[in-house]
Amino acid sequence: MKEAEIRRLLAANLLCVFTIILTAVVPSFFWDGFTVLGTHLAWLCICSVCVSTLNIILHLVLKPNQSHKRSSFAHKISRFLKCCIYFFMSCILFHAIIVLYGAPLIESVTETFLFAVLLSTFTTLQCLCMLGPNVQAWIRVFSKNGAMSIWESSLQITTICSILGAWFGAFPIPLDWDRPWQVWPISCSLGATFGYMAGLIIAPLWIHWNRKQLTYKSR
Amino acid sequence: MQRWPVLLFLAWVCFLFFAGIGLFMSGFLLTRIELASSSSCADPLLPPPWERQGLPPGSCWAPQRFSKAVLVIIDALHFEFARFNPAKTSPLPYENKLSFLHHLATSQPRHARLYRFRADPPTATMQRIKGLTTGSLPTFIDVGSNFATYAIQEDNLLAQLVQNGRRVVFMGDDTWEGLFPKKFFRSYFFPSFNVKDLHTVDDGILQHLYPTVDSGEWDVLIAHFLGVDHCGHKHGPDHPEMAKKLTQMNEMLRSLVDHLGNDTLLLVAGDHGMTETGDHGGDSEKEVNAALFVYSKTPLFVTVPPEEPEAIPQVNLVPTVALLLGVPIPYSNIGEVMAELFSGDGDAVSAALQQLSVYHINAKQVDRFLHSYSLVAQDLPAEQLQHLQQLFSSAVEEHTQLLAQVQGATLVPPELESRLGSLISRFQLYLREARALCTQSWARFHLLRMVGGCTLIATSCLLCYMASELSASSDSFYRSCLLYPLLWGLMVALLLGLAHAFTQEGLDLLLVSSWAAAASQLGFFWHWWGRHPKQAPWLGLAFPMGILLFRCGAMFSDSFVVAEARVAPFLLASLVMLLVGKLHWDGRLTVPEGPKQQFLGFSSYRREIWYLLCLVAMLLICVRLSGFFHQCREEIPQCRPSLFLSPLASLRNTRAKNLFYLLCVVLLAGLVYAVRSWLRHYGNLNSSDPLVLFVRWGFPLVVLCIACYWAVASSADDSLGKLQELVQVAVVAFPWAVYGLASMGLLLLLCNPMTVFAKDTRESPGSIVTPYLGVPTSEVDFLHVIPQIYKRMQESQKSRLERGSCRATVAAYGLGSVYSAALVIALTLLGFLLMLLHSERLSLAFLLLFLEAFVLLHIHSRARGLAGDPFSVPWYAVISWLLAASQFFYSTGHQPIFPAIHWNAAFVGFHLDHSTNLLPAVLVGANTFASHILFAVGCPLLLLWPFVCEMPSSQKKKPKKEPREELQEVEEHMMEMRLRESPEKFSTALLQLGLKYLFVLGTQLLACVCAAMILRRHLMVWKVFAPKFLFESLGFVVSSICLLLGISLVMRVDCAVSTWFNQLQLR
Repeated sequence: MKEAEIRRLLAANLLCVFTIILTAVVPSFFWDGFTVLGTHLAWLCICSVCVSTLNIILHLVLKPNQSHKRSSFAHKISRFLKCCIYFFMSCILFHAIIVLYGAPLIESVTETFLFAVLLSTFTTLQCLCMLGPNVQAWIRVFSKNGAMSIWESSLQITTICSILGAWFGAFPIPLDWDRPWQVWPISCSLGATFGYMAGLIIAPLWIHWNRKQLTYKSR
Repeated sequence: MQRWPVLLFLAWVCFLFFAGIGLFMSGFLLTRIELASSSSCADPLLPPPWERQGLPPGSCWAPQRFSKAVLVIIDALHFEFARFNPAKTSPLPYENKLSFLHHLATSQPRHARLYRFRADPPTATMQRIKGLTTGSLPTFIDVGSNFATYAIQEDNLLAQLVQNGRRVVFMGDDTWEGLFPKKFFRSYFFPSFNVKDLHTVDDGILQHLYPTVDSGEWDVLIAHFLGVDHCGHKHGPDHPEMAKKLTQMNEMLRSLVDHLGNDTLLLVAGDHGMTETGDHGGDSEKEVNAALFVYSKTPLFVTVPPEEPEAIPQVNLVPTVALLLGVPIPYSNIGEVMAELFSGDGDAVSAALQQLSVYHINAKQVDRFLHSYSLVAQDLPAEQLQHLQQLFSSAVEEHTQLLAQVQGATLVPPELESRLGSLISRFQLYLREARALCTQSWARFHLLRMVGGCTLIATSCLLCYMASELSASSDSFYRSCLLYPLLWGLMVALLLGLAHAFTQEGLDLLLVSSWAAAASQLGFFWHWWGRHPKQAPWLGLAFPMGILLFRCGAMFSDSFVVAEARVAPFLLASLVMLLVGKLHWDGRLTVPEGPKQQFLGFSSYRREIWYLLCLVAMLLICVRLSGFFHQCREEIPQCRPSLFLSPLASLRNTRAKNLFYLLCVVLLAGLVYAVRSWLRHYGNLNSSDPLVLFVRWGFPLVVLCIACYWAVASSADDSLGKLQELVQVAVVAFPWAVYGLASMGLLLLLCNPMTVFAKDTRESPGSIVTPYLGVPTSEVDFLHVIPQIYKRMQESQKSRLERGSCRATVAAYGLGSVYSAALVIALTLLGFLLMLLHSERLSLAFLLLFLEAFVLLHIHSRARGLAGDPFSVPWYAVISWLLAASQFFYSTGHQPIFPAIHWNAAFVGFHLDHSTNLLPAVLVGANTFASHILFAVGCPLLLLWPFVCEMPSSQKKKPKKEPREELQEVEEHMMEMRLRESPEKFSTALLQLGLKYLFVLGTQLLACVCAAMILRRHLMVWKVFAPKFLFESLGFVVSSICLLLGISLVMRVDCAVSTWFNQLQLR
């Protein structure tokens, strides 16, 4: 049971990684002059949209948390709306935090906001898919011994890796190498993306390695 | 409470660091004193009279041989670049490219010659330009120069040329603009900063070079090409680009020679070489090996060139060019003339005589310089100077004799020639030895000292860490870890002193103290070995130490040092966010799960979380806002310095000026109000002690004075008309009033730091040892203040049991925050002083500083309330405190470079004169290290604040309770008296806090020191790393002294509290 689930997790995560790689490669066939660095904002949009679509589809197909009771259509709609609001709020929150960390306040607002959207896609959207608009569940998952399934462990790892990646992405900005990817927010968004991809790959492996120690509390 | 051992321990650790810093500095910072004198035509060191008669007009000291000169400096022209070896079949990209030089040298051997040009370290362009024009060995700090500008103050070739009416035209590297402001007849400067740009400077010069040469409106033309150097930095020497660049230079020289007239001397020189990677700055063979090429259309040399080009030191160019052009040699020159250029066309004897005369002038000038230098500085060893003096005087004597004999014609040529030859070699010997002596003391890194200093600092850091992890409470700790090491150190110092006394050598205090420091460290580790430190939780340490590691790592990259103003806030924000994240991860923010919640799988937050999150948000906002007060460095050309740095007087718009002024004053008043209400809240404002009175009335007065000073200083000069004289007085009087009031406040604080109001309600004053158990007698007291009641610890268990019936009480208002109150008052006073030294609008930055420190303290005490032992300050708190300190160093408008120092601070309260150097140094130092001072003095608050904040809100909420219950509660709220209750733990906690603070400071310093040592060959070492090291070490000294002061203030309060209790007991 567990092995099979880990395999499913691995497949889903690899699919995500593959999608991100595709978003960097495929658009250049349709659009002349598209490069990740050159037309970075476009790539940010494409990447966010693709990753979120894929995540939602995966969530609908795999249903990692089957425990939900049947609910009415209205309930589902309100849930969906709530999710949207949460996502938007998290974008704003990320934007604020990024600005507080030293990003320019007035110039390049679009870049900063799209970066915030990308970060939200990598973190908040996953949480919304997995846990729903339920802050208390989020709080539970992001604490020690809080994860209750391998999906939640994977969520922990990918979220932390994305944020760490974005954090490390800020490091090369002051260097005087004059590379195109040192421009704000390219290095950070690339860092976040690489962190996310690394998290996606690490998560199944780590869970596989530690499967003996990992005992999830039953609900 | 052990007061002296703690202070002594910290002072000893500081001394260890200071010894390390001193040792490193003496090896790294080459210092020299600049002399202000300059040579002139009329100087009495002229050649003997019979020669002087032949001196043509327009010449000084020696006959002018060329009326014009072109100096082409090709930056980083390594000797191998200029050399041409026809035998080589497959030359490297940089070889055999300057074929024109070879062509000239072979086709006209009497007109042209190539030399090895030995540059002196440091081989950075600016230092080399200084060397090439002053003839001296510039060091990193040329004491006596004005730090505010880079302009050369010493006598130099350009100054001499201008003084003697020559027109100097310059084109190329704009470094010269800063070094020689307004010296050039005409100049074409091009930006040198962008190392990646190979062509701007060179193409700009080429555009102007030939027209200028043809126009003839010049006497000396200097062209400084940068392309080769930039190509080296960008691609390295072994690259096709270098070949292109050198070919371009070759073509340039070819056409330049075509444009030159017969009376022109052409010099092509490299200012330094480069390593295989294209870098320079250090003293390796490749870096110092540059090329010099001399050419003229009239014959220069008598002899044929030697097979292997001669190596001459770079400083030799200065006297040679000066005398060839007929101007005096610059005063501080220590170079030796290149005699073969002075031989003329006569026979061997007259050539030798001419050479002899220039040697004589040169030697006299060097002797004069050495003499005046030894009068102002002691860094040249006396006995060697004496030896040189003997050499000089004997040579001069011989010279006069010989000249007399030549005039009398008593000597026949063969003998004459040999005597002339020997005399020339004696002058040469003198000049070379003099130069060697100067080189030895000015231009060499002492690697051994550097490594020694680095090691001392590193071991001191280790010592701090070890000692802070030890459980230091017993006497034996102080004996074995303080007394014995101190004795070891003293013994070594004594032994060295005795040894010196026996050998009669000069005592080098620095070396002695370093040896003593090393010995005492050895002693510490020897005695420490047997002790078992507490097991440190390595994983828990990883997160704050990781941030510290990043911070230290950032010191090793010039880009990060340049961007440190953004690095420190970034790391601070990350540290605090990580702290909150970690608390959450550990589940300390959530309410322990009940069975029901566990079933649901949810957890809910405590109430504090919102408070904590608000604090973090506030901190982040403070951090972000403080970024608006930045100063710029020239390394970031697009940066604009913050508007807030300029004084209000410079604002044109009166409305904006008034608004800003009002804002500053209102916020200043707000600070006073905040401090007073904080003190009132904790009941420290009740007594009628002088100190409290000062806080009540003196603080507003200080603010008033500052506001008046700002008003006077920022008003436009002409607006006041007749009141001008009054304004002159007021500009001085108001700062002095602030100085006076602040120092009075500090004195009062030292004399009686108690801000406690005791209300004695004991029925019989002389009753037996009374348990001062707090029972607030009236409810009215609760309305204004919260009385803090101290229960005596010696109280017996019996009286504890009896307390219900006890009636005798003393209510002491403000006792629970007595330590913090003293520190807060001291910090506010210091803040006033430091604000006065900054420009008006920077007071906003200071308010942010206080706010941020307050928020940090609250976050820290919240976090510690949730987890941890109250008596030990965790690492993250210390590190965040220090990060905030360095953040506000930048946010008060400073940068670790000399031109960014606020020199105006020296004249706050003084008209433009100072009798000593000490006072302005103190004022400027206080201005520069303002945040270091405030944060270091406030450091003990990290320990005290959680105790102050432990007061829960429950007391306020339920003021009306049964007395019984209140008793229970009151017993819990002892606040800082908990510290007094266990004096051993208190002193240990203070010691550990100080050691941790010193450890973190020391680690940052160590990173700077290592960066300066390892990267001493780096391109940016003199622009970035060395100033950074200097500022960091000065900051360390200031911080550690202020830390000691802060801790001793706490000790002073503790003393006062003890006496207060004794008096209470006696009553």
